[in-house]
Amino acid sequence: MSEDSKDLAKVSDTRYSEHEYELGLRVTHEDAVVDPGLEPHRVRMTDKSVKHENTAVRQVTALFVLSILGSAFALYAYFAFPIELGNMASVRSNTLFLGLGITLGLLGIGIGAVHWAKTLMPDNEVTEDRHLTRGSDEKRAAAVEIISLASQESGFSRRKLIRRTLYGALAFFPLPGLFLFGDLGPNVSEKLRHTTWKKGTKLARDPSQRAIKAADVTIGSVFHVIPEDLSPDDPEYLEKKSKAAVLLVRVDPSELIETEERKGWSYQGIVAYSKICTHVGCPVALYEQHTHHLLCPCHQSTFDLVDGCKVIFGPATRALPQLPITVDKDGYLVAQSDFLEPVGPSFWDRSVK
Amino acid sequence: MTKFTRKLNGMRRRPMALGIVLFAGLLAVGTGYSAVNAAVSPKSQTQHSAEEIALGKKLFLSNCASCHGKNAEGTANAPSLIGVGEASVDFQVSTGRMPGAASGPQLEVKPVQFTEEQISALAAYVGSISEGPAIPDQSILQPSGDLNTGGELFRTNCAMCHNAAGAGGALTQGKYAPNLMGSSAKTIYEAMVTGPQNMPVFNDENITPQEKNDIITYLSYLQTNRSVGGEELGNLGPVTEGLLAWLGLLGLIVAITVWLGAKSN
Amino acid sequence: MSTAPTKKNGFLTGTANYVDERVGVAGILKEFGRKIFPDHWSFMLGEVALYSFLVLLLSGTFLTFFFDPSMAPTVYEGSYAPLKGAHMSVAYSSSLDISFEIRGGLLMRQVHHWSALLFVAAAGLHMLRVFFTGAFRKPRELNWVVGFVLFVLGMAAGFTGYSLPDDLLSGNGLRIIDGMIKGIPYIGTSISSGLFGGEFPGTNIVGRLYSLHIMLVPAFILVFLALHLFMLVIHKHTHYSGPGRKDTNVVGYPLMPVYVAKAGGFFFIVFGVIMLISTFFTINPIWNYGGYDPSPVSAGTQPDWYIGWLDGALRLAPTGIEFMIGDYTVSTNILLPLVISLVFLAAVAIYPFIENWVTGDKREHHVLDRPRNAPTRTAIGAAGVTFYAVLWAGASTDLIATNFKMSLNQVLVSMQISLIVLPFVAFFVTKRLCLALQRKDREIAIHGRESGRIVRLPHGEYIEVHEPLDPHDLYKLVDFKDYKPTLARPNAQGKITVGIRVRAAMSKFYFEDRISPATQTEIDEAAHHNHEIEAEVKKAIEG
Repeated sequence: MSEDSKDLAKVSDTRYSEHEYELGLRVTHEDAVVDPGLEPHRVRMTDKSVKHENTAVRQVTALFVLSILGSAFALYAYFAFPIELGNMASVRSNTLFLGLGITLGLLGIGIGAVHWAKTLMPDNEVTEDRHLTRGSDEKRAAAVEIISLASQESGFSRRKLIRRTLYGALAFFPLPGLFLFGDLGPNVSEKLRHTTWKKGTKLARDPSQRAIKAADVTIGSVFHVIPEDLSPDDPEYLEKKSKAAVLLVRVDPSELIETEERKGWSYQGIVAYSKICTHVGCPVALYEQHTHHLLCPCHQSTFDLVDGCKVIFGPATRALPQLPITVDKDGYLVAQSDFLEPVGPSFWDRSVK
Repeated sequence: MTKFTRKLNGMRRRPMALGIVLFAGLLAVGTGYSAVNAAVSPKSQTQHSAEEIALGKKLFLSNCASCHGKNAEGTANAPSLIGVGEASVDFQVSTGRMPGAASGPQLEVKPVQFTEEQISALAAYVGSISEGPAIPDQSILQPSGDLNTGGELFRTNCAMCHNAAGAGGALTQGKYAPNLMGSSAKTIYEAMVTGPQNMPVFNDENITPQEKNDIITYLSYLQTNRSVGGEELGNLGPVTEGLLAWLGLLGLIVAITVWLGAKSN
Repeated sequence: MSTAPTKKNGFLTGTANYVDERVGVAGILKEFGRKIFPDHWSFMLGEVALYSFLVLLLSGTFLTFFFDPSMAPTVYEGSYAPLKGAHMSVAYSSSLDISFEIRGGLLMRQVHHWSALLFVAAAGLHMLRVFFTGAFRKPRELNWVVGFVLFVLGMAAGFTGYSLPDDLLSGNGLRIIDGMIKGIPYIGTSISSGLFGGEFPGTNIVGRLYSLHIMLVPAFILVFLALHLFMLVIHKHTHYSGPGRKDTNVVGYPLMPVYVAKAGGFFFIVFGVIMLISTFFTINPIWNYGGYDPSPVSAGTQPDWYIGWLDGALRLAPTGIEFMIGDYTVSTNILLPLVISLVFLAAVAIYPFIENWVTGDKREHHVLDRPRNAPTRTAIGAAGVTFYAVLWAGASTDLIATNFKMSLNQVLVSMQISLIVLPFVAFFVTKRLCLALQRKDREIAIHGRESGRIVRLPHGEYIEVHEPLDPHDLYKLVDFKDYKPTLARPNAQGKITVGIRVRAAMSKFYFEDRISPATQTEIDEAAHHNHEIEAEVKKAIEG
């Protein structure tokens, strides 16, 4: 133990004996093994042998030199490996060599400094006393004194009316601040009930907007569909698409299980369902041709396409809403109306009329 | 001609007549099926010689008929091949999926069992039984399409199963969409147009031949251009990145802290 | 008066004098310059988190000079060929420009993202170390809460950050968040509208997340970090038990020069390793995903790892548990995962107070526990980690299914079962392991280490000679705190309240199975017995 480090260390504090803390459920043993004190210091090779010490010095120096070389190389690389727009190889070279240089520059310093500390700086363990975190009794008494003086001089505890009205003022002043955020966004509850599909809207390919004929849709096909009039130039393109995206599939009509109410919603085995998952809104895009299952890749909700897209697996509960379709006089598939229920994830008043 | 010769001729003609009737029947069924289903590929149909078709039939009867039926009509073990087209046969056999192995959720890619010549013969034979998608012509397979359109179409129609970088993805009950990074343009085209197993059919009305070419161009770009950021970790996204962060990054740093805290020799 | 240690360096002396005359640094140097820090590698995990945060600040500042958080639509005309002509937001386009057109831009993006993953991982590992060694006990309970808040802030910083490029992957993540928010009863749609400025996705969200990500969240992190480090200085660092180490002292090395060198060097090492990974490994290749569009989606859509447990909770929810109350929809399939996550977080935050209440031990604790010496706490921690890990694994069910050729559906159902069953198994197994290890330690403390020498005594008995332990090694095995359960006793008013009953029951749960440390009496007895045998052996050899 080095003596000079002890001089500068904290002086031992006797306050620990002032307080008898409750031990609670702790068990103390009178015959516990006595602390033998710190282990004897083991001398390092670099302390014993000058040769080892010099080796360590050389190693640390070499590491710092490596760092300098690395940083210098990084500077060089910045100019020697510029990015040629459109040339992906140049982007890779730039990233690679700049990164390598900076890595060496950093690791050189870091490993060098640590090696220096481990091999050359003193490694004698030093003890320092702790003192209790709590203030000493005198400090506490002084603190209490100051506070009661402050209370007296301000009259804070005496003057009930002032104190209570102050609390009231402090409670109210933040409220306008909260309400300032009231215009963050218009409430969308109404908007969620409707999409841009209406009677006569042609079903079109996503994203090219080319209309789809019934004859194009063969058994086993899946078309990703948007309303024909939804263009990327529409300022609300993404908002509309996030409700209007539809999946169009043809199955053998004999396999379709349709309720009475929905018998007219399909066309010769062609059905259209909302693509927006009723769980939390990801696109339910995976169609398994033979099993007729729709799988959502986010949380694996699975829907049975031939049975009204009921949920057969996964965390969703509600079936996907169906878009009633038919064909127009030219054979193009068109919607008969908007969806008859809000699409997408559930919300509290979804079913309130 | 004697009466006997005429009778003999008649008898000789009967097996052929049977063949003609059978062929006509199958043609009617196949064409009828195609009329309802297949949108015919406008690409050129390679003309096959009779020898090739005969070879294909021989191969078919010895390797495929046990599951697919002597006349490709299907059995309890395997579906009918009427209307699947040359493209289907070429896809399944040249990727080694066919001949199909023991049962599992879906056909696996295995070592290819036939030579190119034999595959071509098999395809020719099945294609001769009924109409179906043809093997794409080389011209539509060149990576000279529009990259942006290809990427957009890929992300809308393919990425949900095959992953945005074509690394593959899960379907239900043990099925999966495979990694596309090792697939040839021809294989990709054929898969789109035939819809193997649970993959949907992307006929030419849904994704036009030019659009298919765009998709192939995009996939070819992905296949030939490694990421500019370094190792791709399978392009599986945040899961593999997180694993590397814990095991590689934090693991390496913890190893360094052990060195740092240890006493020097 | 300042007297510099060396007169040779006039500049140093002059500067020191100048600064001290104006700021009084001499006092600070005296107070802190030789502060003692205990040395153990497991104490550096918090530093890893701190340094990754510094790297985040540096790389993040670089990125703010080039990133544009606007969601205005644009058409890409940059240098990445597959997206030329594509419709996207300005935010996504600027992210592509950083990656493909600015020297060092991609490198900085990757440094930023890798160090974000490291930041939360290191903070998490650090929390585990603090938990399993009992470093959260008095006086550090409040610091545990501060650390917990930092962990949650780290998750918030990460989530707001990776959503900024407005790509398909993170955009679907936002879609999921919006879906979850909408599912909150009564106020859900209002919160959703407020957050997104109207209908999803709107044109506000990236800008708002940007404000949170570069200003509000880092500001909070800095404040809580300052609190965290301030308390660390006041409390001084804990140290492991061992000879010379008590609750009333701290054993280690002085701040200057050893720790300045080691900890300072370690910053460069952490930064360097992050830089190394960022040079060679792609992270978040946004160019593959395309700009956000509500129609496409990629297979394998997962959030960054630290949000994984929340995504897993959503996936593991049972089918069809959403129900109606009249015309109103109660989205239990979203609320259940949400509530479970919040309960888990709350349990983590208040654990120190629970343990404190059960043990009633009001002394300060500065000596750490070896995990085996607190079997119930370690077992609870193992159960908690298992619970978190199953939820985390639940987020990658589809990748597990594809890569290990399993059925997606079977993987999910197994995880649902594991979530309930495995934590109990982990608790039981861990507790038994700890007790077994404690018994072994006790055995070694009392009887010494097996030396491998077998001796046959004259009357035929075979014994293995044990070597007694060096007193320093012995002390390490026996210096741990021992607790015993309490019975429910009436309080001062003569009543046995519910609180007293619960506390007694919990103390039984914690300390009923306990191994006490070996005492000097037991060791002496065993040594005496040993001497008798040695004497007999000697007699037999000589006689």
